[in-house]
Amino acid sequence: MQAIKAVIIGPGNIGTDLMIKALRSKNIDPVWMVGIEAASDGLARAKSAGLRTTHLGVDGLLDEIKQLRQAGDHSADVQIAFDATSAYVHAENNRKLQAENITVIDLTPAAIGPFCIPPVNLQQQLEQAETNVNMVTCGGQATIPIVAAISQVQEVEYAEIIATIASKSAGPGTRKNIDEFTRTTSRAIEQVGGAKQGKAIIVLNPAEPPLLMRDTVHVLTKKQPDQAAITASVEAMVAKVKAYVPGYRLKNKLVFDDNRVSIFLEVEGLGDYLPKYAGNLDIMTSAALHTAEMIAVRLSGQQLDPIQ
Amino acid sequence: MNLSGKKILLHDMCLRDGMHAKRHQISLKEMLDLSTALDQAGVDLIEVSHGDGLGGASVNYGFPAHSDEEYLQTVIPAMKNAKISALLIPGIGTQDHLRMAHELGVHTIRVAAQCSEADVTEQHIGLARELGMDTVGFLMMAHMLSPQELLKQAKQMESYGANCIYVTDSAGYMLQDDVEQRVSALRQGLDSNTEIGFHGHHNMGLAVANSLSAVAAGANRIDGSIAGLGAGAGNTPLEVFNAVAERAGIISQADVFALMAIAEDIVIPMMDEIVRVDRDSLVLGYAGVYSSFLLHAKRAAKKFNVPSEQILLELGRRKTVGGQEDMIEDVALELSKR
Repeated sequence: MQAIKAVIIGPGNIGTDLMIKALRSKNIDPVWMVGIEAASDGLARAKSAGLRTTHLGVDGLLDEIKQLRQAGDHSADVQIAFDATSAYVHAENNRKLQAENITVIDLTPAAIGPFCIPPVNLQQQLEQAETNVNMVTCGGQATIPIVAAISQVQEVEYAEIIATIASKSAGPGTRKNIDEFTRTTSRAIEQVGGAKQGKAIIVLNPAEPPLLMRDTVHVLTKKQPDQAAITASVEAMVAKVKAYVPGYRLKNKLVFDDNRVSIFLEVEGLGDYLPKYAGNLDIMTSAALHTAEMIAVRLSGQQLDPIQ
Repeated sequence: MNLSGKKILLHDMCLRDGMHAKRHQISLKEMLDLSTALDQAGVDLIEVSHGDGLGGASVNYGFPAHSDEEYLQTVIPAMKNAKISALLIPGIGTQDHLRMAHELGVHTIRVAAQCSEADVTEQHIGLARELGMDTVGFLMMAHMLSPQELLKQAKQMESYGANCIYVTDSAGYMLQDDVEQRVSALRQGLDSNTEIGFHGHHNMGLAVANSLSAVAAGANRIDGSIAGLGAGAGNTPLEVFNAVAERAGIISQADVFALMAIAEDIVIPMMDEIVRVDRDSLVLGYAGVYSSFLLHAKRAAKKFNVPSEQILLELGRRKTVGGQEDMIEDVALELSKR
């Protein structure tokens, strides 16, 4: 299939890492990087990687696309947008992009569209042709597949996740608004993970050298856990996530204690733009790109080329 | 050390830090009996919350016998003079919990963070200040930063609106010089109206001496718990510190003999096990490990048949911080494979 053209909005750490990954994709062609500062390092990096850039935000992007179109040039048209800015500007960006029929993948905590955890509900969202999906949080991407894997076996009364990330990988946005993480993740544990009640905890660890992202999932099942079925379901789910986040792995065997099941995970990044310890950022960009690739397949009406 | 005439405020931790030692199973009656006794004895401030702060109820840290709301609703209306405080650790509790505590009449909110991560407290400190609360920034595991680096973090919390900053020795690791240097750095570097507090743990047997050093260096709020009911080897035993303080000429509101009576008659009988410096809690202090890990490590040691002190030492080597209780089972599992 022909790759679907995409724009990345927000040339920060996340946007740049996403760009590097998207440049390797067969299904997504990142043609634009959008920022709001002319002197941005991120825009300069994108330019040298061969992307078109604008520092005039989404308005600037849409104006340029229109002008080129009027001149008969459709090479800068895009069908997918990644928004890696902030929750505050996402709503406005989304409105403008939707008006141009651009499907939006939201990496901010705005969560205008439905939560997207690819191995759990992306298929359903593709069928419903959602035009805005939200990538929840790093901790959500790492743990909700596991909660869902257990929900698929038996009823989950309660699920709790603890995400531990290296201090160096927590940007000012996360730090300034840490409640967003707890609230959004716990909501998604319920809505997508299928737990009756969800709870999320985040810990920043300043150790040097920085530690890899660690996630623990504690689940309380309604009835005694079916150990064999849960283990098989969790292992199958880990393999599904690993297909698009290669550094995602089970750290230890599952622990069963009465009606509690505990799962220990580790996420190592690919080290594209962000260091390997920043698995929390890698899993966001990887999940967003994977989502875009699947949307690209839907848009082109063809089979997905195997990723890498 | 001339301490004569220095005025301090005593802050009891039994009903918050003590929750760790009680596996969060303190009954409402125990809460009420102890808090009213502390109030009558002249203790200024009493902290009431889950051991890991508001919203700490979880598999990871333990589900409490009652919710934060129930505990606060039981204690607050019974107070005559004492004020009630609550702990809030961003990443665990949220601004929703803070609003709840304020509505229930909590006077003092203590917003806690690992000492190098003060910037996660901005919203919570800002909100508490906006609500007109006595707002404290609580820098945990303060031994992990140099005095000057700690001051930078303290200044951030001050800039968000905290009117008091704590040097918190969560691991009971600090020696007296460590305390003196950190409190002095804060006292010299912060606004003269900003109060300074010290929260000790008795893991190395130094909590009383450390608290005295803190007062000498300019701290005016001292945390402790009667009979040391708290995480690890317990907090600074408040009845002991108060007696020592009186001998040193420090002025507190609390009655020496009343606190002794509370220790003997109420707190000691409440203990599941006597809180003391045992091998595990000494290891906490020696290796600089978060005190609340103690009972979790003892449990994991039994479950996976590995020595608890080895688990704690490994947690120290991995530079774990407060909140990482989930690492305990994980480390125990790995040690059990060796």
